[in-house]
Amino acid sequence: MSTATLTSSNAPAPADVKPTLLNALTSRLVIIVPYVWLVLFFLVPFLIVFKISLSQTAIAMPPYAPTFTLGDGIAAFFSNLRQLSFENYLWLTEDALYFNAYVSSVVIAGISTFLALLIGFPIAYGMARAPLTIRPLLLMLVILPFWTSFLIRVYAWIGILKPEGLLNQFLIWTGLIDQPLIILNTHSAIFIGIVYSYLPFMVLPLYSTLEKMDFSLIEAAQDLGCTPTRAFWKITFPLALPGVVAGCLLVFIPATGEFVIPDLLGGSQTLMIGKTLWNEFFSNRDWPVSSAVAVILLLLLVVPIMIFQQAQAKAQEQGR
Amino acid sequence: MKSLGSIRRSFAPWTDPSAKPYIVFENVTKKFGDFTAVNNLSLTIYEKEFFALLGASGCGKSTLLRMLAGFDEPTSGRILLDGQDMRGIPPYRRPVNMMFQSYALFPHMTVEQNIAFGLKQEGMPKAEIDRRVADMLKLVKLEQFAKRKPHQLSGGQRQRVALARSVAKRPKVLLLDEPLGALDKKLREETQFELMDLQQNLGLTFVVVTHDQEEAMTMADRIAILDKGEVMQVATPAEVYEAPASRFVAGFVGNVNMFEGKVAARDDHTARITGASGAEIVVENAGDAVAGDTVAFAIRPEKIKVTSRRPEEAVNAMEGEVFDLAYLGDMTVYYVKLSDGQMVKASALNSARITEDALSWNDRAWISFKPDAGVVLTR
Repeated sequence: MSTATLTSSNAPAPADVKPTLLNALTSRLVIIVPYVWLVLFFLVPFLIVFKISLSQTAIAMPPYAPTFTLGDGIAAFFSNLRQLSFENYLWLTEDALYFNAYVSSVVIAGISTFLALLIGFPIAYGMARAPLTIRPLLLMLVILPFWTSFLIRVYAWIGILKPEGLLNQFLIWTGLIDQPLIILNTHSAIFIGIVYSYLPFMVLPLYSTLEKMDFSLIEAAQDLGCTPTRAFWKITFPLALPGVVAGCLLVFIPATGEFVIPDLLGGSQTLMIGKTLWNEFFSNRDWPVSSAVAVILLLLLVVPIMIFQQAQAKAQEQGR
Repeated sequence: MKSLGSIRRSFAPWTDPSAKPYIVFENVTKKFGDFTAVNNLSLTIYEKEFFALLGASGCGKSTLLRMLAGFDEPTSGRILLDGQDMRGIPPYRRPVNMMFQSYALFPHMTVEQNIAFGLKQEGMPKAEIDRRVADMLKLVKLEQFAKRKPHQLSGGQRQRVALARSVAKRPKVLLLDEPLGALDKKLREETQFELMDLQQNLGLTFVVVTHDQEEAMTMADRIAILDKGEVMQVATPAEVYEAPASRFVAGFVGNVNMFEGKVAARDDHTARITGASGAEIVVENAGDAVAGDTVAFAIRPEKIKVTSRRPEEAVNAMEGEVFDLAYLGDMTVYYVKLSDGQMVKASALNSARITEDALSWNDRAWISFKPDAGVVLTR
C-alpha cells in the first residue's frame, strides 16, 4: 500500500480497492444468505398456500382451480386471476366449527404453556443453581428424550394413561383409588402430552437466562428486607422474563397447531385447529379451505408475536 | 505524650473495660463440608467503630461477614448484635445491610429505584422514600444520574449507588465486602476518605472486609488480621504495624526484617538476643520473652539506618555489603547483605536533595538501629 501511494498520489491504487470491494461483497453475502433462505423456504411456500386458499375446489389433480401454468398467455393469466376470491375465508366465518377450533386450540395451548412454565421454571432454576460440574449432565438429561421419536413417546403415554394402563394399575395397587381414572381421550391427556413433549423448549431458554443471573442480587434483595418469595417476584422473575417469554412462545406456537397429541391422546371429542386442518386436507380433500385455515392460523400466531418482539426490541434499546 | 505510631486516637472504646461491645463473635466455627472456613473465632466490635477484617483470600473474612449478614449460619458458637443472639434470624430481619463486592445492583431498576428498594420493603410512605432517596443521591453526588440504569454508569458511580442503597435504610451496622476492590488506584484513594467521612457523619458501625492492607490501615479504627479462619491479632493500625503479635502479622503487614535468635539475658528493661551467627542485639520492650526463649526480632526497614562507617553512639550495629539499591525519589531502599549472609532491607527518606557520603553497589556499609526500634516476637 505504501508503494502505491508513492507511485500515484491521487488515484487510489487498484490493490487498495479490490480487497475492500471484496469485503463489502462478502459481508453483504453473509446477510443475504439467511434472507434467501427465508424467501425460498418461508415466503414462497406461504404465497403458494395463500394462492390455494383463494382458489376453488375442483375434481382434478391438483384438487383446486384455477392453476397457473407458464405459457398460458397473458389473457389466460388475467382470467385466472379474476377467478381467485376470498370466498373460503367467508366460509370459515360462516361455520362455527372453525372459530371454535381456533379458540379451543388457543385455550388448550395457553393452559399447556402455563403448566409447562409452572413445571419448567423450578427445573431450570434448580439446574442454574446446581454445581457447575453436574450442569452438563442435567442439560443432557433435558435433551435426552429427543433421542427417541416424538411419535413413539406420545404413543407411550397411551400405555401409561389408558384405563388399564400403568398409572391406573399403580394407583389401584397403592389403594388410592378403586376405579381406574379416565384420563385418556380427555383434555387432561392433551395437557400431559403437550407439557411432556414441549417441556425442554421451556426449560432451555429459562435455564440460559437464569444461568447468567448473578445470584448475589437475590442476597442483596434479602439483605434489603425482602422475604425469599418477594425477592423472587421482584428480582428473579423480572430478570428471567426474556427466558419466560422465549420459552412460552416456543411452547405456545407449536402447541396451538399441534395435531399428533390431540389426535392420539385427546380422542375424537377434542376440537383443535391442527386436527381440523388435517381433516380438511386429507379426509375432505378440500385444499382451498384448509389453506385458508392455515393462513388464518399463521396470522393469528405471527402477528401478535411480531408486535410483541418489536415492543421488546424497543424496550431493549431504551436500556434493558 | 508518647504514643505508638504517629496518630493519637480519641475514639478507643476497646480500651475502656466498661464499654459494651456491639457485635460479638463467640467461639464461632463455620465448616463447609470438610473445610473449616472459620475456626473457633472470638471477636468484639464496638458501636461506631470502623472495623476491618484483613487477610489473604480464603482466610475466612468473607464468611464472617456473610454470617453477620445472615446468609450463612455458624456451625457452632454464636453471634450477638447489640446483645441479641442472631441465630436463626434471616437476613431480611437483621438490622444490618451489606454492600456487595460485585455491588449487586438490580439491572432492571434505575439508580433511584435501586436506592428506594430497601425503603419500599419497610413500607415507608412514598413522600418519605422520595426525600430519603434525594438525600442519598446528594450524599453520593449522583443527583443527575437518578434515572439511569446501572449499566449506564461507570464503575465508580456504580460503587456509589451500591453504597447509597446500603446506607439508605440507616442500618445499625454496614457490612462492606471489598468495597473498593473494583476501583482503580486513584479512585480508590479518594473513595477511602469519602467512606471515612460518611461513617463519621452517619455515626454508623462499619465492618469492612479487605485484602488490601493499605486500605485497612487508612480507614479502620481497628484491624483484625485473619489467617486460616483464626484471628492473628486485633489492634489499631499503629499497633499492628509497630507492635505485631506474631511473625505472621509482622510479615503480613508491611515490610519487615526478621532476625531469628535466642534470648541470652533478660532484665526489667532490656533483653540481649544472640543470633545464630553470634551477633548480639540489645532490645527494649521484649514483651514476655524470658532468657532461653527462641525468638525473632522484627524491625521495619525505615527504622534501620545505613551508613558507610559504624555510628559511634549506636548500640546495635552490624557490618555488611550493599547488595542492591533502589532510588524511588521520596526515599531510597537499600539491601544490605550481612556477614552471616542475611539480607536486610532498609529505607531512608530523602529529606535532603544532596547526600554526602552516598553509598554504591558492593560498598561496605553498617546498619544500625535503636534498642526500641523493633519488637521481639515469641510466636
